[in-house]
Amino acid sequence: MNTRNIEILVGGFVVLAVIAMVMLSLKVSNLVSYGDENDVYEIQAQFENIGGLKERSPVSAGGVRVGKISAISYNNKEFTAVVTLQIESRYQFPVDTSASILTAGLLGEQYIGLEPGGDEEYLVEGGEIDITQSAMILEQIIGQFIYSKSQEE
Amino acid sequence: MIADKYLGKLQQIGFKTLSRFARVGRGSLFLWQIMTGLLYVIQRPKLLIRQLYYVGVQTLLIILVAGLFIGMVLALQSYIVLVDFGAEDSLSLMVSLSVLRELGPVFTGLLFAGRAGSALTAEIGLMKSTEQLSGMEMMAVNPMKYIIAPRFLAGVIAVPLLTSIFMAIAILGGYFVATEMLGIYEGVYWSQMQANVDFYADLMNGMIKSLVFGFVVVWIAVFEGYDCVPTSEGLGQATTRTVVHGSLAVLGLDFILTALMFNV
Repeated sequence: MNTRNIEILVGGFVVLAVIAMVMLSLKVSNLVSYGDENDVYEIQAQFENIGGLKERSPVSAGGVRVGKISAISYNNKEFTAVVTLQIESRYQFPVDTSASILTAGLLGEQYIGLEPGGDEEYLVEGGEIDITQSAMILEQIIGQFIYSKSQEE
Repeated sequence: MIADKYLGKLQQIGFKTLSRFARVGRGSLFLWQIMTGLLYVIQRPKLLIRQLYYVGVQTLLIILVAGLFIGMVLALQSYIVLVDFGAEDSLSLMVSLSVLRELGPVFTGLLFAGRAGSALTAEIGLMKSTEQLSGMEMMAVNPMKYIIAPRFLAGVIAVPLLTSIFMAIAILGGYFVATEMLGIYEGVYWSQMQANVDFYADLMNGMIKSLVFGFVVVWIAVFEGYDCVPTSEGLGQATTRTVVHGSLAVLGLDFILTALMFNV
């Protein structure tokens, strides 16, 4: 085999590997493209307990994915969990929107569901959701159930 | 004398231990010599491209076939378990995480040791047996720079490239089975994956693994060839050792790297 053919084949091999790498980064691991990053706004919500919520968990409204969670921190003054939601700019929500932590299916991953209110003002960058509902902790619910049962007897 | 017999045994143990250590020492010096030869290779890319063809392009076919089938089998097997829990939507996550974190780097390392590593050892070993390497030294051509270093560098470059191809084709194989055979929606397959696979934690760690595996497997392969006993028997043994030691090194290092990377 002459040198030219070898070089062509090696070139093809490297190009194939680059295509595979690009596909893995964009299509599989969803490495954020810079275009999308500008098209979002961030709002915050405080929860008493976020359960198993993680960064990058989805934020959805009416079952449609509208954004993701970009950061989670703990407010040591009010003792609440502060969740930063990154919402795509094309979706607007009223200021009295409520956020609750829900679970997809019985054992599925947790996500934040937004329930829009009726206010005419909309949430903007840096806004905060006041009405929040914490995650359902299965152990607490079972504990309450057992407690109420034993009270009855 | 009984004492003599025991001393003889002791001597055997000592001899074996020392020769093992000597081998490790020779291997390390060998690696150092390769490193000093790398500059020579970078200045002569033609040498490198030819070796990339032999270790990279010629390994491509087995990587493509293995990747495709592993992705498809993984999807089928995971589906059987996941469907019991009503979690078949997570199928793509199962496939992609297993492939990116473990199967991609490990399988590519093993296949590379078997396909390209053994060929490297046999080639270099035969050059040594037929005294081509000594002949080069006679002509003041350093075989370390001209023969070993291009093969080493080509292997180190080829393994991560092959790994990324393996990963991509395995995920596509899983996609094909999931959507065509198991009736999972296309959007669910990709979105579950995109929401949960992290670029750095999963993909990059997998690529780092493949870089380490490539380095170790190629090092073992060229060293076994260079260090082989220059007989037909010695050559056969060296080739076998490349495959066995290369595969064991990949599996052992995989455990260590996984423990370090995913802080279990």
